[in-house]
Amino acid sequence: MTCRELTEFLMDYLEGDLPEAQRATFAQHVELCPPCLTYLKTYQEAVDLGRSVCSDASDALPADVPEELVRAILATRARSA
Amino acid sequence: MTAASSGPVETAKRNEDGGERGLIARLRAGDDAAYEELVRSQGARMLAVARRFLRSEEDARDAVQEAFLSAFKAMDRFEGGSRLSTWLHRIVVNAALMKLRSRQRKPEISIEELLPRFLENGHFADPPSEWQQSADQALERRETRERVREAIDRLPENYRTVLLMRDIEGLDTAETAEALDVSPNAVKIRLHRARQALRGLLDEHMLESVA
Repeated sequence: MTCRELTEFLMDYLEGDLPEAQRATFAQHVELCPPCLTYLKTYQEAVDLGRSVCSDASDALPADVPEELVRAILATRARSA
Repeated sequence: MTAASSGPVETAKRNEDGGERGLIARLRAGDDAAYEELVRSQGARMLAVARRFLRSEEDARDAVQEAFLSAFKAMDRFEGGSRLSTWLHRIVVNAALMKLRSRQRKPEISIEELLPRFLENGHFADPPSEWQQSADQALERRETRERVREAIDRLPENYRTVLLMRDIEGLDTAETAEALDVSPNAVKIRLHRARQALRGLLDEHMLESVA
């Protein structure tokens, strides 16, 4: 398995979707290849960063719905009723 | 009533469920105050979702408005199998996707430029380096959060959308494929490439040493 091949199957490996034989080859390569081990770790960290930032309630969630949006939604409902 | 079903958590849940059932009944009866209550209680969360997909505040608000109108029309068909908030979440994601499809595509970077490069022998052309901090440590810096949001915004739209739907909004592969009208395999490929591209875009920032 080359480093290129490893990166192509990385997501399947992390999600447990590789067949057992392929998984063993993959794990063996990671054990012997420092750049691939680093890539795997930083890939996981990047996924964690994306999830954490976008679900950060204090940053992303507006305190209230803008009043003009509330009025627009209710007005459109009234027109279509 | 058993002890297990009469504790404070269970009582709070029953109250919440009862409150939601009451709201749904009022909505179906056409109660104007109930519609306003729905918009005010759910709108902020829905706006946050729309903003993640749409780069324009105007587009995000349009999507939320469309989502609520769709929900109002479909209220009689809401069977209550999931929570209102879950149902509305799905509707606003779809509204945001429709808004994306309706807009003219701006020129964007090719995903290939954001993926790792390899030599002919399959080795990394630029071997990756260890990041100076873990995700948890890096997130303590405001700059990191801004860089992550900027990086996600820079992803080509087809890949950014899948990343948002799978990793952020929590839809599974089948749900994402159905919403985007692509195969599940296409979703998996796009997600993996999006994650790789995100990693590449964050590399420089995460390699900076922190004093």
